[in-house]
Amino acid sequence: MTATATGAPGPGDGFPAEVPLLRVSDLQVELITEAGVVRAVDGVSFEIRAGETVTIIGESGSGKSTTAMGLLRLLPDDLAVLSGHALVQGRDTVADPRAAAEVRGRAVSLIPQDPMTALSPVHTIGRQLLETVRLRRGDLDRSAARDRAVSLLTQVRIADPEQQLRRYPHQLSGGMLQRVLIAMALACEPALLIADEPTSALDVTVQAGILDLLLELQEQTGAGILMITHDLGVARLVSDRIHVMRGGRFVESGEAEQIVGDPAEEYTRALLRSVPALGPWDGAGTAAATAPEGDR
Amino acid sequence: MNAATAPATPILQVDGLVVEYAVPAGVFRAVDGVGFAVERGATLAIVGESGCGKSTIARSLVRLITPTRGSILLDGHDIARMPERRLRPLRPRIQMVFQDPYGSLDPHLSAAEIVAEPLRQRGVRSKAERATEAAGLIDRVGLPAGALDRRPPEFSGGQRQRIGIARALASRPDVLVLDEATSALDVSVQAQVLALLREIQRESGLTYLFISHNLGVVREISDDVLVMNRGRIVERGPTARVLAAPEHPYTRALRAAALDPSAIEGRKPRAVLAAALAPTTEGAAP
Ligand SMILES: Nc1ncnc2c1ncn2[C@@H]1O[C@H](COP(=O)(O)OP(=O)(O)OP(=O)(O)O)[C@@H](O)[C@H]1O
Ligand SMILES: Nc1ncnc2c1ncn2[C@@H]1O[C@H](COP(=O)(O)OP(=O)(O)OP(=O)(O)O)[C@@H](O)[C@H]1O
Ligand SMILES: [Mg+2]
Ligand SMILES: [Mg+2]
Repeated sequence: MTATATGAPGPGDGFPAEVPLLRVSDLQVELITEAGVVRAVDGVSFEIRAGETVTIIGESGSGKSTTAMGLLRLLPDDLAVLSGHALVQGRDTVADPRAAAEVRGRAVSLIPQDPMTALSPVHTIGRQLLETVRLRRGDLDRSAARDRAVSLLTQVRIADPEQQLRRYPHQLSGGMLQRVLIAMALACEPALLIADEPTSALDVTVQAGILDLLLELQEQTGAGILMITHDLGVARLVSDRIHVMRGGRFVESGEAEQIVGDPAEEYTRALLRSVPALGPWDGAGTAAATAPEGDR
Repeated sequence: MNAATAPATPILQVDGLVVEYAVPAGVFRAVDGVGFAVERGATLAIVGESGCGKSTIARSLVRLITPTRGSILLDGHDIARMPERRLRPLRPRIQMVFQDPYGSLDPHLSAAEIVAEPLRQRGVRSKAERATEAAGLIDRVGLPAGALDRRPPEFSGGQRQRIGIARALASRPDVLVLDEATSALDVSVQAQVLALLREIQRESGLTYLFISHNLGVVREISDDVLVMNRGRIVERGPTARVLAAPEHPYTRALRAAALDPSAIEGRKPRAVLAAALAPTTEGAAP
């Protein structure tokens, strides 16, 4: 199960490799709304070790983002009531809000689903990215930090990175913004990366590049990744384990191969069935047809 | 689709479209001479690399921005540089679902109010009638009745995206521009939304301009497809043909890198991914 994880160098700070980077047990998140209390996350448990990628898939509104935001305590206190445990490198963010504040942007970084939760509309990309770089690398002077920012944008395949640094968020396309967020998360050099739909706005060629980059980072640093995606192709490609979420709970959990190849739950099978088929093509028969759907 | 019944003039005809943005370095040409036509009741898809100008075209069509050059004929009216006063009555006829489900909904209004607003503009006088129709649309995009009174910040990403779709449909436009409108949706909800779009098209002859990076979705929903690269159209044709036998290297790369979950076995070593990345790959996946 921990499969290929071993052998990767431990993530920073001499943290003992046998303790999971993240151990979530019976996490509940209740949202207090005008209409009453909504239990958006209803007792989920999972763990992620160094070098592992664990993915949450599930239908829209099933509680995936709330799980991620909740365990990092990014939901306002007057909105969300948390219970259970979420141990990040052994520190419980549910029990101790200070622990959450301390791990965010250091041990853990988040690529949020909504770009504007991480970016300010009134500052340039450059200013925001440089700030993040220097938070981690206080030793870098201005020009070295700038070089690092440019290299991060290049790594996420953004063309003309120097130009983009001078732009404001609204001057970038949706997919470019998404990649700026990924660059910011990588700038933190986290031990644990939480990525909420990180490639949903990207075409497959760019997406493949980004996934490759994340896996490379993982190989080099032994980072753990919590991936949230609705793309089953992505899930199968990168995950060691997959949890299938519905109505705030995990309805099925297992190794990626088993979940995608041989799902036990009807709900998971339905998710797989609805993947639109690509149809035949002449490209050396590679990505060739899934079962022809004959829908149209 | 219905070539036999479609009227001769396309509902939307775009010629020589050029869009430039002012940027620190001067002027950036995001769209560089694009032309296409869509017949009434048909679906045209636009695919292309991130940043190639798809949303810029979309924003021009609904005149959120004014193109630098070119013409946009909506049912014969050139709206490309039409002054707002004359444009106003035409606006409901071409609507858009925005790529960003977070920034495009007023956070202070309830979902029911957001979807009912275009109904008021359409002249539906009775408040009760507006409420019923809005509730119907919210139901059809797969949101629960409990959603009506909630405001955008209380919804997940995919739920917000569906409110945006319901709002756009409420205008009963002639042309609906959907900019990555299903990208935040899981496959089962996506299938439901695509089915709804097709059903409405059958009922009312609505025309779609469907921007997506998901080739499977494009194949399912569109008759024809444009492939863009750096502000230009590099390939076009019937969707089935373009996806089965792509000609342009970029289209071939797109097709080769498409992750088909049933074709993937096990977690991929990086080397396999790297192969999928090389442009014009032959034999990307095992
Ligand atoms: N601030 C809020 N107030 C009330 N309900 C909320 C709030 N935020 C989220 N919810 C509800 O909690 C549930 C879980 O939302 P969440 O954002 O975690 O879903 P998700 O699985 O990430 O979905 P998606 O794939 O669409 O992003 C949804 O039903 C949503 O409507
Ligand atoms: N307001 C703006 N000011 C300056 N440049 C802009 C502005 N909006 C977009 N651009 C630039 O124009 C180009 C095209 O952007 P657009 O949003 O049309 O791309 P897109 O094809 O929709 O990409 P994506 O698939 O990532 O959404 C990008 O290089 C972007 O940086
Ligand atoms: Mg979400
Ligand atoms: Mg776009």
